[in-house]
Formats: sequence, structure tokens, C-alpha cells
Amino acid sequence: MTNAKTIGRRTALGLAGAAVGSGAITGFPTIWAQNIRNITLRQFGTGVSNLNALADKVKQDLGFTLAMTALDTDAVSQKAVTQPRSYDIADIEYFICKKVFPAGVLQPMDVKRIKNYDKIVPIFTTGRLSANSRIAQGTAPHTVGFVEGPTSVKFAAEPTGWMTLIPTIYNADTLGIRPDLVGRPIRNWRDLVDPAFKGRASILNIPSIGIMDAAMVMESLGRVKYGDKGNMTRDEIEKTTAFLIETKRAGQFRAFWKSFDESVNLMASGEVVIQSMWSPAVTAVRSRGIACTYQPLEEGYRAWGGGLGLSKNLTGIELDAAYDYINWYLSGWAGAYLNRQGYYSAVLETAKENMTPDEWGFWMEGKPAQADIKSPDGKVLEKAGAVRDGGAFTERMGQVACWNSVMTEDRFLVQKWNEFVVA
Amino acid sequence: MRPGTEAGAAPYLLAAPLWLVLGAFLLVPMAAILVVSFFDYDSVRLIPDFVLTNYADVLLSPVTWLTYLNTLKYTVLVWLLTVGIGVPIALFLAFCVQSAMLQSVLFLVCTVPFLTSNVIRMISWVPFLGREGLFNGALMGIGLIDRPLDVLLFSDFAVVLAFVHLYALFMVVPVFNTMVRIDRRLIEAAVDAGAGPWAVLREVILPLSKPGIAIGSVFIITLVMGDFTTVRLMGGGQRASVGLMISNQIALLQYPAACANAVVLLALVLLMIAALLRIVDIRREL
Repeated sequence: MTNAKTIGRRTALGLAGAAVGSGAITGFPTIWAQNIRNITLRQFGTGVSNLNALADKVKQDLGFTLAMTALDTDAVSQKAVTQPRSYDIADIEYFICKKVFPAGVLQPMDVKRIKNYDKIVPIFTTGRLSANSRIAQGTAPHTVGFVEGPTSVKFAAEPTGWMTLIPTIYNADTLGIRPDLVGRPIRNWRDLVDPAFKGRASILNIPSIGIMDAAMVMESLGRVKYGDKGNMTRDEIEKTTAFLIETKRAGQFRAFWKSFDESVNLMASGEVVIQSMWSPAVTAVRSRGIACTYQPLEEGYRAWGGGLGLSKNLTGIELDAAYDYINWYLSGWAGAYLNRQGYYSAVLETAKENMTPDEWGFWMEGKPAQADIKSPDGKVLEKAGAVRDGGAFTERMGQVACWNSVMTEDRFLVQKWNEFVVA
Repeated sequence: MRPGTEAGAAPYLLAAPLWLVLGAFLLVPMAAILVVSFFDYDSVRLIPDFVLTNYADVLLSPVTWLTYLNTLKYTVLVWLLTVGIGVPIALFLAFCVQSAMLQSVLFLVCTVPFLTSNVIRMISWVPFLGREGLFNGALMGIGLIDRPLDVLLFSDFAVVLAFVHLYALFMVVPVFNTMVRIDRRLIEAAVDAGAGPWAVLREVILPLSKPGIAIGSVFIITLVMGDFTTVRLMGGGQRASVGLMISNQIALLQYPAACANAVVLLALVLLMIAALLRIVDIRREL
């Protein structure tokens, strides 16, 4: 019985492989002597980096049109895999790349065609921020950053010259708190489950990310020492979810959130005083005049990163345009724009040239702002004298404990996570 | 051509458009769901195959049983409450309001909330019921409680409240519809035979309103069993329902698991409705 099933599976896999390998998808004829101005590149991704300001600037600087579609994290991976003909450029996260690239819908990029390749932050190439820094757990971007060759879908252990994604933005996530309501300093991940905050805590309900926040809490409590938080064993998953269920039953959590706005509302309304949070959500709470801190914690951050991948269907002049776009992306204007939103960009050198020394000092070096710090659209984000939560780039990205990831025991994790939600 | 053939084909031709529409937009998608529910999958791909693991996952896991039980709990509670609220309203509209004009006006008043979107009506409960919300504020203001009640929001209470608010009208309308069609002479006869108001209600009106209640129940059961947004928003993500489980599986690209779940849910809902129709003959009403 088992045997028969295995064969069935293999045959099916073979068929699927053949369908992809037959290369029925050849894209558009390259002989179109088309003016680059008539080109439209279709890009999709999550709201964080799919910004119309970027598309406008591309039109101005490069001449072609960039059509952006913003979707949520789940929808992005669905579209990337199931509708490869509906996009030219996929703006996806590295942990999703681990699932998407092997499906054969993207083509690797030739780093020789990328001008600033050597200046890309080494987190994305060698995995080390500086020569002696430790590589964090989870799906670290460099582990899925390269494939073995131009047609390969197999991830390479070392930089090979064939890059899967060009990094766009990344950041280090931690807990958000309401400093006015927690009533004491928050220093560790375990504070999330402190009974003092019973009924006033929240955790995000995206299994692959939520479990990692939970793992940070577990390690902080000293309950479990994980081999790799980003790729847990069944036993580790079971222990973690059992603890979550116990905590939930004790009434620790007020709610679970799934979308950005939910987390903002929970925090702004005071329903919750400590929770997993994303950095723009903290900014959104603050912009309502409510105190909210993106609290650095002793155990470090959970990091994530996204990048641009090219559809397998891109050829000819469209492909050239896509390379132009990527080179433009790394050339500074876009990097500065993203840095000003509190994210980090791939090539810091060029971004720096496009920022004022004060902006650079505040966002990247952890220095007190000399004047008001404004968002790219001119809204005041921080008053003069403010210091960024967590400090400098090297302090924040140097303290990454774990990257967002996809686990081998993915299915088991989801099953266990559902138990937690139902409990 | 013989005239008989023509007459034979005509009814089929007349029915054809309906069949085509139902076939293309109901049967084909359902068949696809059924087929995919037997597929295998990994984290990104569907693998055409014939495996029973998806059904095993649904039927053998205590989590799904709990989720189904929880969904049934919501359905039963919401059904009881909507019947409890809907029938008296319909009764009032049909029998206590004498003027047909006033009847129509009051009926329209019932539908006013439906002029705004479902989601907005639901979300508007959040600031009202929250810890810092109006209701808690009012209760504390009049000194009934000294600290906010947490149970009002992100709880089973909130979920059921929103469901009843959203769907009560689906019970009122069909029940009202049956009640206005009850022959008034039956009631007069009952009164003449010495029945008091309660006896009239119990022996005449309610039995004759059963088809309306049954139709309303079909609405409530299908709406609540299949819901996922209400449970997610009002339950604060901490409550589960089958619909929510399916939506989560779709989000994680686990289409075959979601399909298997959908098939089981569909079978369950169809069984419930079949049982209901065994008890009440709604054909008479249609």
C-alpha cells in the first residue's frame, strides 16, 4: 500500500517536472523592435515596497512603466507560484523564495549585469554582516540567494553569480509596547507572557512567523533550547505550541492579529499593551499621537527581507528593461526612500548619497535627530532630538537571532498552530 | 419532422439555459473541488494523485472535530436567538400592525441596516464593545462595574452577537412572508371555538409558519456554517470555525486540504438541510 502510494507520487512529480522542463513557456518574441518607452513591467508584492512613488520615479528616470499590484503575504506566494504569466517581476520575501523558486517560475539573475552587486550588504551574499558576525537561524537570505546555474532551481551554498532575488528591503522585528501602559521596563521576549499583562498581550497569527516569536519567548524563559528556531523538529514544535495553548487558556492573549491594521488598532485602542509588531505599525500608532516603542530585547531580533525576482517568461527587451530597473533600484534614490521609511535597503553606500547627513545619522547610525525627521511624503515622524528605537543599523541587524523561514515540518506546524487557535 | 419530436425537445431547450448556467458555475467548480480534494501537495505545488490523506487529516484530527463542534455551537446559538427574535418581530408585523401601509414602512425599517456593508456593520461593534469602548464606559459611568468587561469583545459572545445582528432579518423575512399568508378565517374559527391568544399562537399560527421558519433556518445554517470573517474579526483571531480553517489552508497554499474540508462541510450542511426538510415541507410554501 505504502509502496504503491510512493510510486504514484513519484510519477506525478515526474510529470510535473516534465511539464515545467519542457519549456513550453517561451515568452514573447524578442524581435520586437520596440521602443523602451512602450514597455510595461508588471510587478507585484506586499504593500511594504510596492510604492507608487517608486513607479513614478522609474517612469521619470528610465522611461518605461512599472505597474504595481499590492497583495498580502499569503496571496503573494500564491500568485508567484500559480500565475507565473501574470507578472514580470515578483517582489517576494526570502522565506517565500524558498518555496517559490524551486517551482521553476523565476529565472536567476546574472550578477555580472548588476552594477552595484559588490556593494550589496553582505547579509545577502555571504550571510555575515561583518567578517566575524554569527549567521542567524532560520531562512537566512544568503541560503536562498543563489542557485547553481542559469537554469537551475537548486539553491547554492556559496555565491555563484546567479542570484535568485535582488534584495530590496529588510528589517529587524521585535515586540511593540505601550510605554505608558506597561508600567515597567521591558527587556526580554518572555515579558510577552508575563502574567502582569494578562489579557493585554497579542501575538501574530501567521503560523510560520508567530511560531518564531513564540520560540523567542520560550528560549527567553529557558524552557527550550532550539537547534534551529527557523527549522524546528516535531518535538520542538509540539513543546512550543503546547506552551502557547497553556498560555492562551490562562487568558494571556487579548486577540491574535493577522493584518497590519489589526495590530495598529489593538495597540492604539489600548486593548493590548505588548505584542508582536512590524515597524511601520509602530510608526502608525505614533502618528496618532500615542506613545509606542519598538522595544529592543536582549535575545535579539527576528528579521525578514524581501527582494525582486524575475519571471521566467521575461526575455529580450523586457528582460533588459528589468535589469535596468534593478540597477536603478540599487543606485540610491530608491534605497534612500526606503531607509526613510524605517526599512533598510540593499546598497547602503548609494542610499547615503541620497540622504541628508541628519537623516543618515538618525535612521542608520542611531544618532539623535538634529531637526524634525520627515517621512518621504513630508509628514513629521520624529521631533528633533529623538533617537531611533534599537539604535544604529549595525546594532539592529547585528542582533538578529532568527530569520523568517519555511520549515521542513511545515504541514505539521500548521496543524499544531491550528490547535492553538482552536484551543 | 413529426410534431411529436418538436414538442418533446421544447421543454429541454427551455430548461437548457438554466442547466448550462448551473453546470458551468456550480457543477463544474464543485467537481473540481472534489477532484482536488484527493490530490497530494507540498508547500507550493498541487500534485495530481489519488490520496486519502486529506480526508484522514480532516476526519481523524481532534482539532477539526473541535472546530466543527465550535461551528455547530455558533450555528445552534445563532439559530435559537434569531428564531427567538425573528418570530416575535414577524408576528408583530403580520398580526399586530393593522394598516398595510404601516406594515410596509416598518418592514422597510427592518432592512435599513442592510443598506451598509456587512463588514462595516460588524466592525462597528469593535469600538462599541472594546475595553475602552462606549458600552464599558457607560457601565462604569453608572457604577455597575468598576473595571471594564473583557468578555464583550474578542469572545464567543461577540461572535454570536454579530451573527445575530447580521442575520436576524434572514429569519424575519420568510417568517413574516408565511404569516401574512395565513388565512385570517382560521384564526377567527379558532377564537370562535374558544381558543385563547396563546392557544391560537400555539395551535394555529406557529404550525402554519413552520415553512417560513424552515426557510429562515436554511439561511441561518448556511450563512453561519460557512462564515469566516465574522469569526475572525469578532473573535479576535482566537476563535475557530470551519470557514476560517478553510481560509487559512488556502492562504498556506494547502488547496487539497481546503477542498477536502469544503467537501466535508458541504456534506454536513446538506445533511442538516435534508433533515430539516424531512421535518417541514417547504415545497408547499414555494
